[in-house]
Amino acid sequence: MSVEGCRVLPSADCHLLLDALQAKGYCVIGPTLRDEAVVWDTITRVSDLPIGWRDRQEPGRYRLERTGTGEIFGVVHGPQSLKPFAFAPRESLLQIERTSNGWSIHPLFPKPEKIALLGARPCDVAGLAIQDQIFLRGPYRDPPYASRRENLFVIVVNCTRALSTCFCSSMKTGPRAQTGFDLALTELDDVLLIEAGSEAGKAILTALPMSPASEALLAKASKRIDACAESQTRLQEQEVLPQALYDAHDHQRWDEVASRCLACTNCTMVCPTCFCHTVEDRPALDGQHGERTRLWDSCFTHEHGYIHGKNIRPTIKDRYRMWLTHKFAAWHDQFGMSGCVGCGRCITWCPVGIDVREEVAALLASDGHSAARRSGSP
Amino acid sequence: MSFVEGQRKPRLGVFKFASCDGCQLSVLNLEDELLLLGAALDIAYFPEASSRMEPGPYDLALVEGSITTEEDEHRIKAVREQAKVLMTIGACATAGGIQALRNWADIGSYKQCVYPRPDFIRTLATSTSIADHVKVDYELRGCPIDKDQLLRVVTDLLAGVRPRIPADSVCLECKRRGNVCVVVAKGMPCLGPVTSGGCGAICPSMGRDCYGCFGPAEGMAKGVGYPPNTASLAKQFHDRLGLIPIDVVRRFRGINGAAASFRRESEAWAVKRTNSEGS
Repeated sequence: MSVEGCRVLPSADCHLLLDALQAKGYCVIGPTLRDEAVVWDTITRVSDLPIGWRDRQEPGRYRLERTGTGEIFGVVHGPQSLKPFAFAPRESLLQIERTSNGWSIHPLFPKPEKIALLGARPCDVAGLAIQDQIFLRGPYRDPPYASRRENLFVIVVNCTRALSTCFCSSMKTGPRAQTGFDLALTELDDVLLIEAGSEAGKAILTALPMSPASEALLAKASKRIDACAESQTRLQEQEVLPQALYDAHDHQRWDEVASRCLACTNCTMVCPTCFCHTVEDRPALDGQHGERTRLWDSCFTHEHGYIHGKNIRPTIKDRYRMWLTHKFAAWHDQFGMSGCVGCGRCITWCPVGIDVREEVAALLASDGHSAARRSGSP
Repeated sequence: MSFVEGQRKPRLGVFKFASCDGCQLSVLNLEDELLLLGAALDIAYFPEASSRMEPGPYDLALVEGSITTEEDEHRIKAVREQAKVLMTIGACATAGGIQALRNWADIGSYKQCVYPRPDFIRTLATSTSIADHVKVDYELRGCPIDKDQLLRVVTDLLAGVRPRIPADSVCLECKRRGNVCVVVAKGMPCLGPVTSGGCGAICPSMGRDCYGCFGPAEGMAKGVGYPPNTASLAKQFHDRLGLIPIDVVRRFRGINGAAASFRRESEAWAVKRTNSEGS
């Protein structure tokens, strides 16, 4: 956060930010209360935001609590990251028509509106950057993803409170957003500090009547963000992780965690970076046309591991090992980074509360290596 | 697979055993597509819908209901002999249905409770799935079945491709819909994590917990599927969501209580219940 770039907006004037976004043609989407959690929905006025609420998250449990304060961004996050806004859970890809001499195929493209995402967290922004690597990098640019992504304007809120499930500081994605946002906010009592991270963000800022932030306010923000980082449970031994996990292929812990894992897919659905999808063709009853659809899929399903007559990951143990090893080890080989941003959603939204930090720690403990593996190595 | 030879329309037969007819009604509820379905198939036998009842053979037999009488035992064999492809529809046909609760009870006392003249009732002591008696080619789960899934399978058969009947967990469909998990946010004992989807996560979408009407999520209908991890979910219900053992038994012993993995789980907790009462 630079002294010259950062401005102050009283929280009471937060509506001016909404006005400015709406004036630029953005549909503003932010956290809203629904079904005893927060979910992304349209924000037309500041009171649509969960003002005066906080979330308490722990393995397998999510609860909201009213604080009675005027805090606007007191809820850290809900079950969904930014993933559905660019990588749609269900996307029609092609329309297929039977013709006199075969088939004609018409690609379908989404027509996304301009969306301003208000209240994203640094871990969410980092997750979106990882998804960009997957869907936009190299020769295989994904057109539906690209068109949705181009229409997103991201307003991140730096975190001053960590949940028991948060470990962004270990993954170096938070609690302060470094890049990948258009605007960054830090909420301090009754003011919002705002800085721009893009030209589009600057354009919004110039429309707002704000004063520069004082040194004292910036210091206060830094202190709270640093305290948030300090309060987190750490995921240990980041440097040794990829190789240590490969070495733990035959660790007994995989059997233990498989006895608890439901293979229900929830961790992968809420993960900001999981990108697995399936494609299905649906013919119409008259046989004259059909549609090809892409759907979110998961490496925890039976069919995901089914390849030409054999299931290569038949057991829950195979699937959990595949998921965790990919996330923390193979992702480095594949994309040059970790596949985890430390948002903790897989911990909270696991119906039986499996904590990936505990699993990694147990897998790194050498006493669980099976004798078979050791004696098998030359 | 070529469904039928030449230009002939495939002949459909719809058969009922012990059931409430709700799954057959799901066929009739295909309002917008019913005429198309009638154009694509020769509906030769469907007493719920039409008094025209043509004899077999049938290219596709849809079978609703479970086997609860000696007559049923013979009749399902006759249906099988006349059917090229036999697909069971609904929880009764695929797992014995709610009436399989008799499998844990004394049928004599049930008869005494329900009927003024129990001596008129001839019935088996158990309710069993169609697959316990004859070879079943495909299964559509649910109480009732999902009409779009039925349409999808019929369309696939007509197109000559292997029907796609996903048996992934309800959670996958729930999260695709953007629902908030009722287990995590509300502490409800939802069976979604171990139950097959296909319903579109209809109950959690209405804020209630899944009660397993699509039966255990066991991987693909064809090929080896592993049973879902009911033990871990049941333990969570008991240890963290506060269900006492008899509640856990009842949770698993519902519409699909006789489906193998749900049956094993409820029986395991019935033992725990007895043990805890004894101590």
